[in-house]
Amino acid sequence: MGMIRRTFLIGGAALVGGGIFAVQYGDSAAKSQAAKLTDGTGGHNFGTWLRIGEDDTVTIYSPHTDIGQGSNTGLAQMLAEELDADWSKLAVVSAPAESAFANVVLGKGFLSEMSGYPGIIGAMPMSLLGMITRQLNLQITGGSSALRFTGQHGLRVLGAGTRAALIETAAGRMGVPAAELTTADGKVVHAKSGKSLRYGELAAEAATRSLSTKVALKDPKDFKHMGKSVPRFDVPAKVNGSAQYGMDVVKPGMRVATVIAAPVRGGKLLSVDPKPALAIVGVEKVISLESAVVVVAKGYWQALKGARALAPKFSDGGNGLITTATVFAEQDKLRAEGKPTKTAGAGDVDAALKADNVKLLEADYKMPFLHHAMMEPFALTAHYKDGHLDLWGGMQDPLGAKAAAATSSGLSADKVTFHPMLIGGSFGRRLPMYMEIVDQVARVAMQVPYPVKLIWSREEEVSQGAYRPQSSAKLTAALGPDGKITAWRNDFAQPEDGLREVPFFYDVPAVARRHFKQVSNQTVGAWRSVNATQHGFTTESFMDELAHTAGADPVEFRLKHLKPGRHRTVLEEVAKRSGWGSPLEPGHARGVAVVECFNTIVGQVIEASLADDGTPKVHKAFAVVDCGTVVNPTAAEGQILGGLVMGLSSGIGEAITLDKGAVQQSNFSDYEVLKLANAPAVDVHFINSGAEMGGIGEPGLPPATPALANALFALTGKRVRSLPIKDQAKA
Amino acid sequence: MAIEAKVNGMPVSFAAEPDTPLLWAIREELGMTGTKFGCGIAACGACSVHIDGEITRSCSLPISDVAGKSITTIEGLSGAEGTLTALQQAWIAHQVPQCGYCQSGQIMAAAALLAKTPKPTDADIDAAMTNICRCGTYPRIRAAIHDVAGAAATPAANPA
Repeated sequence: MGMIRRTFLIGGAALVGGGIFAVQYGDSAAKSQAAKLTDGTGGHNFGTWLRIGEDDTVTIYSPHTDIGQGSNTGLAQMLAEELDADWSKLAVVSAPAESAFANVVLGKGFLSEMSGYPGIIGAMPMSLLGMITRQLNLQITGGSSALRFTGQHGLRVLGAGTRAALIETAAGRMGVPAAELTTADGKVVHAKSGKSLRYGELAAEAATRSLSTKVALKDPKDFKHMGKSVPRFDVPAKVNGSAQYGMDVVKPGMRVATVIAAPVRGGKLLSVDPKPALAIVGVEKVISLESAVVVVAKGYWQALKGARALAPKFSDGGNGLITTATVFAEQDKLRAEGKPTKTAGAGDVDAALKADNVKLLEADYKMPFLHHAMMEPFALTAHYKDGHLDLWGGMQDPLGAKAAAATSSGLSADKVTFHPMLIGGSFGRRLPMYMEIVDQVARVAMQVPYPVKLIWSREEEVSQGAYRPQSSAKLTAALGPDGKITAWRNDFAQPEDGLREVPFFYDVPAVARRHFKQVSNQTVGAWRSVNATQHGFTTESFMDELAHTAGADPVEFRLKHLKPGRHRTVLEEVAKRSGWGSPLEPGHARGVAVVECFNTIVGQVIEASLADDGTPKVHKAFAVVDCGTVVNPTAAEGQILGGLVMGLSSGIGEAITLDKGAVQQSNFSDYEVLKLANAPAVDVHFINSGAEMGGIGEPGLPPATPALANALFALTGKRVRSLPIKDQAKA
Repeated sequence: MAIEAKVNGMPVSFAAEPDTPLLWAIREELGMTGTKFGCGIAACGACSVHIDGEITRSCSLPISDVAGKSITTIEGLSGAEGTLTALQQAWIAHQVPQCGYCQSGQIMAAAALLAKTPKPTDADIDAAMTNICRCGTYPRIRAAIHDVAGAAATPAANPA
C-alpha cells in the first residue's frame, strides 16, 4: 500500500518545472476573472494567486484558510523564496471565494492521493484538472496540504516563473543579456553597470509576457526564506483582542439567532409552539426548519433564553435504539461475517497464521467517537438583500460554503458571496459538506429582511458534531521462533478505510488490513489526522503487545521490523533524544510509537506516571518529525506540540457516547479536554530528510495516545485496549 | 433601569436585562469583541475578564452583579495608543497563539496571576491557568509566563 503512495509522490515531484503552468497561465478565463476580483489600481496579476503593485507591494491571494497553523506565513516564505521578493512589502490575503481561485494544485494532490488510479490522474492535463477542481469548488484547507501541495507545487513554481518574466522584461529595458541579471529583495540587478529596476517598475510589462513553463527551483542550500522561523503574520492581532473571527461579525441592523436541532441524528422537527419563546424580551421570530428550530432575537442571550423556553417535538428517524454498545455490536457482527469491504496487504496471512512454530497473539481494541471541540462555536452571519446573499464566517472551504449556501437558498452561485473571516479552531469540523449551519443560516436569511448571525451554543456544538468515528479492531499476529512477526491481520470496522492515508510500514512478510465498513446515524467527519488516530493506536499498541510477548524491548522490536530508511531513522532519533532505556524516577515509565500520515513520519516517546486516583500524568514528551523539508521551524514545532497535546487529551479523557440514538455529552463539563496542568514539556526535533514534503498540521497527533498507553503498560502491566484511558483507570 | 459600571476605566451604563451575562453585554452592547464566547458555563475561560482585579469568567456572571465594579477586558490591558504589555509581547515572542480564539482569556488569566504572584512556580501556573486551549499551546503559555516573570525583575516592566 505504501508503494502506490510513494509512486505518486515521486510523480508529483517530477511535476515541478513541468506542465504546471498550463493552468496558472493558460486558463485565460480564470486569470481575467481573478484580475477583475482583485485588481485595484496600479497592480498586475501573475496567474490567479499573485499580484505585484507598481508601488512594489506583493500580494498573495491564498486559497487556504490560516487557522493559526501558519500556512499563510509559510506560503509567503515559499513564494518569496522563488520570487526573491522584498519580505517587508509582502502581504497575504484570503483569496476571494470565487471559482477563479479554486485550488487546482490542491485538487491534483488530493485526487492523486485519494484516487485508486494515481497514474491516470498524474497524467491528466492541468487544464482539465482545473475544470474538475472548479466543479468540485475546491478551496479546502485540510489534509495537511497547504505547504506540501499549494506551496511546493503552486506558489514556488509561480514565484520562479514570475521572477523569470521580470528578468526578461528588465533585460529588454536595460538592453543587456538576461544571463547578466540577478534578483534580490524585489529588484532586478545588473551588477556590471550597477543599474537596477524595481519589480514595481517592471510589473505592468512583465504581466503581459507569456511565461516560461520550465523553471528551475532553488537548491535548499540557497534558501533565504524557507527554513527560517519567520514570525507568523496573524499573531499580533491575537494578543490584544483585535483579531476578527466569524463570531465577531457585526452588521447594521443585525439580529442574533440560535438553534436547536433534532437530538437524534436523522430526526425531523415535528412541531413546535413558538409562543414561550416569543414571550421572552428581545425574541422576534421562531423559524422552523426541516430538522431544527431557530430563534431570532436582538441578542444572543435573548435568543438562547427563547430557545430554552421551547419544547420542540422531533422524530428520531428510526434511530432511537442506537447506543454506543449497539455500534460496537454491529462492528463485531460484520467482522464475524468475514466479508471485508476492502483489503490491503500482501502475502498469505491465513497460511502464515496456521504455520507450525509460531506464537499467536490476538487483541481487540475499541475507540470512541471524538468531538473536535474547537474553541469558537459555529457562528455564521448572512444577509439577503436585493436578490443577493452575503455570508461572513470562518470555513475550511469558503468556495464550498458558497456553493452550499447557493443550494440552500435556491440562488445561483453568482448571487452568493462568501466573506472569509478568521477561524477559532477547526481541526476538520468546518467543512461545508457536514457544516449544517451553512444551510440553516442561508434558509433563515432568506426569510428575514435584516442580517442575521446564527450562533450555535456549546451544547449544540458538542451534541451535533461531525465526529471522529467510533471504531474497533481485532488484531491477530504470529511471531516466529526468531521473535519476528510472520503474519499480521487487522480486521477493523468503521466508516472509512484510511488504508492509503495511513501506511503500514513494518517489514512483515504477510499482511492483511481488512476494512469492514460500518456506519451509524452519527455524522462523521475529518478529525485532525483523520483515520490515523485509529490506525496509529491499534498498530502501535499491538506492536507493543508483540514486543512484550517476544520478550523484546519495544524500540528494539520495532527496529527489527524496519529496514534502513526514514521510519527507522525517526525511531532511532527519538529513542536517542528521549534517553530510551536510561533510568527513570520510581513510578515513571516510557512508551514509544511511530505513525506515518500525510507523508510525514512522527516518532514519540512519552514519560508518564499514575496519579493516586489512577489517572495518567504525562511528564515529558519527545517528538521526532520527518516531513521532508521544514518551511518555518517555530510554526511547525507549534503544530507538532499542539497535535501531541490534542492526542493526549483525546486518549486520556475524551469520548462521545450514544444513548437512545442521541449524544450524551453537552459541554466541556462532560467532554473533558486536557488543561495546561496536564500538558507536558515537549521536545520537538525535525529531520530535514529532503524527502517529498509532508504535512505538518496533523501528523503530530496520532502517536501520542499509543505512546502513552504503552508507557502505562510498562508501568502497570495492564494493557489499554479501550479508550479513553481514564475509563480504564476507573474500571 | 440601567446598570452602571466601569469598563477599561470608562463609565458605562448597561441597558440589557439584569440577568444578561456580562460577556454578552460587553460584546453586543459595548461592541467589544476581544472577550470571547466559548462554552457559556464558565468551563473554558475564553470569556475571562478582570473585575476589581479578580479574574472572572464573564459568560456566567449577570450584569446585575457588576454594578459599581471596575471591569478590565483584553482591550483595556494594553496601554494608551495600544502599547502592548510585557506579557502580550512575550506572547508574540513565544509565538503562543495558534487559532488565537482562547488567547484573550489566557492572557487575562496570566495577567491576573502575575499581578498577585510576580514570580510564579510551575505549580502556581498549573493552578491559575485553567483555561482551555484546543490548539494545545499550553507549553508555550507556560514558557511565556516564566519569561515575563523573569523580566519582571526590572520594576514596572509590566504596567498592567
